[in-house]
Amino acid sequence: MNSSFVARTALPAAAALALGLGLSSCGAANEQPSSGGATGQGANATASLSGTLSGTLNGAGSSAQEAAQGGWTAKFQTSNPNATVNYDPVGSGGGVDEFLSGGVAFAGSDAYLSTDQVAESKKVCGGQSAIEVPDYISPIAVVYHLPGVDNLRLSPDTLAKIFAGTITQWNDPAIKADNPGATLPAQRITPVHRSDDSGTTDNFTDYLHQAAGDAWTYPASETWPVKSGEGADGTSGVVAAVQKGSGTVGYADASQAGQLSKAQIKVGSSWVGPTAAAASKAAGLSKPVSGRAASDLALSINRTTTESGAYPLVLVSYLIGCPTYGDANTAKLVKGYLTYIVSPQGQQVAAQVAGSAPLPSNLSQQATQQLADIAVKG
Amino acid sequence: MTAPVAVRRPKARLGDRVFVGTTWSAGLLIVLTLAGVAIFLAVEGIPALRAGSADLNGATNIVAYVWPLLFGTLLAAVIALVVATPLALGVSLVVSHYAPARLSKLVGYAIDLLAAVPSVVYGLWGIGFFGVKLVPAFEWLAAHFGWIPLFAGPASTTGRTILTAGLVLAIMVLPITTAITREVLAQTPTLQQEAALALGATRWEMIRLAVFPHARSGIVSAVMLGLGRALGETMAVAMVLSASGVVTLNLISSTNPSTIAANIALQFPEAAGLGVNALIFSGLVLFVITFAVNFAARAIVARSSREAR
Repeated sequence: MNSSFVARTALPAAAALALGLGLSSCGAANEQPSSGGATGQGANATASLSGTLSGTLNGAGSSAQEAAQGGWTAKFQTSNPNATVNYDPVGSGGGVDEFLSGGVAFAGSDAYLSTDQVAESKKVCGGQSAIEVPDYISPIAVVYHLPGVDNLRLSPDTLAKIFAGTITQWNDPAIKADNPGATLPAQRITPVHRSDDSGTTDNFTDYLHQAAGDAWTYPASETWPVKSGEGADGTSGVVAAVQKGSGTVGYADASQAGQLSKAQIKVGSSWVGPTAAAASKAAGLSKPVSGRAASDLALSINRTTTESGAYPLVLVSYLIGCPTYGDANTAKLVKGYLTYIVSPQGQQVAAQVAGSAPLPSNLSQQATQQLADIAVKG
Repeated sequence: MTAPVAVRRPKARLGDRVFVGTTWSAGLLIVLTLAGVAIFLAVEGIPALRAGSADLNGATNIVAYVWPLLFGTLLAAVIALVVATPLALGVSLVVSHYAPARLSKLVGYAIDLLAAVPSVVYGLWGIGFFGVKLVPAFEWLAAHFGWIPLFAGPASTTGRTILTAGLVLAIMVLPITTAITREVLAQTPTLQQEAALALGATRWEMIRLAVFPHARSGIVSAVMLGLGRALGETMAVAMVLSASGVVTLNLISSTNPSTIAANIALQFPEAAGLGVNALIFSGLVLFVITFAVNFAARAIVARSSREAR
């Protein structure tokens, strides 16, 4: 498809832009038109912040986006003083349900819509299927607490065996092979997982499923599939359990991992840590899910990439809205707010308040392009 | 009931009628609320009977889904009661019969304060302090009593086990059980106690002969009220317990059964479709169990009070 071509050619630009966003807090908006693609998006994105919008917009969904949505609504409402945006972080499933039943104008979800849900969306979207654009990328860090061991490295295979419960000691030969030269204690490993359903678990198990081969036999799922290890409630619960225990290892949104040590994972033949730039790069390498409408930017993340400097253990969260709305003002608000979110400025705000990785420029442009078509039902 | 009133006072005053109406509607409201909850749980829970493994976290049917949760709920509650009942009885006796008046007031006040602590705080305390402090004890148990299935280990390194959850529950149950037991013990007729002492009984014999028989039904209902609290407690368990949905008697490992209430709290935000019905069905099971426990308690109380007479 066209987008994979864009992905390949825009890659160096994307990496450069991602680095620029990560390091500096200004000037990103000016870079956008120079990185190719359709023209006029930069102007469109700034138009949404021009202060002309009014009314109330309601959205619901992913709790992973909660902090970022807080930053976005604050900035959006400052520049559009007559507009109010409410985002209810009820969880991805709940948000999508509310959207499909017409309760909210847009949803945030850690998983793209299933084909059934896409068909169902035609009911609320006046016969057309919903628009899906990625808006929030966050690296998932493998965090651990093992005094005396810094710079832990884990290959997908080893990681899968630890979480499946087949590797139980820190001085296991497989971990030693990943970490030559490190002194690993003869201590039991306690793998910590989320005990509530979550998009983080979905992406983590998807990574193990794709990257670890025979070592991980479970499919991707929001519910932790293995009946062993230690469960903890929410990201904060996992972080607390890893911190309080000894010999513990868990997975959590990198921005929430605090002072915990983060392991590097093996990508190709190199070792990559959970940085924003590496996560952006991995998302930029992803292909669209096949069999979807052009307005649907659902990404199939390539977890087995061998590209150096890409971190494929990422969570990509989406915005879901309708291509047409019955009410002219709602259409304008959705278009304005969602366009602002995927714009470089919006992504930068999320990076500051939520520690997320900015959308690579090719995805940001494609998303802007799709959102530009949102209109009132004619 | 109303007839004699009508005979004596043909013209009922407005205040009387308002008061009768208010009390009646208050009474009816409780029954209606309870019926409403039961109907909601049944209507929303029944569709879960045809849920498949996709909606049930991999369990093949609703029974296989609810059973480990029910097991965990009962296990945590039993641990809580085994610890809390003797403790509550001891504290109540100290307050009512052993301690000097000033001290007993202080102890009773402190126990009542435990009830004022929110369950989230117990959860935080369980994760951040209590569980961590129990880790050496768990390791010692696993090393020395590993041959007992209850302590098979391997010991959790974070202390977030079902034993910890049960102990936290025990502390949460303590105030309500103690408060009722204390009241019941204090109501033992002084004459009977003095008579026992006059016949040459020691203080302990007096308590055994005069106080316990009198208070038995009250103590049972106190324990049952505590059990109801332990079965339904959600937040503290959800935070403290490391749940994996297994059925095991191993109390000190990091792989534990979850409880119904905690499972609903943890899974509901991301549940959709039949998954929601399955959670509500588990709620119905908990509702029925709590009801059964209360009926059993009432039956026990009724029988022992008849025996006492």
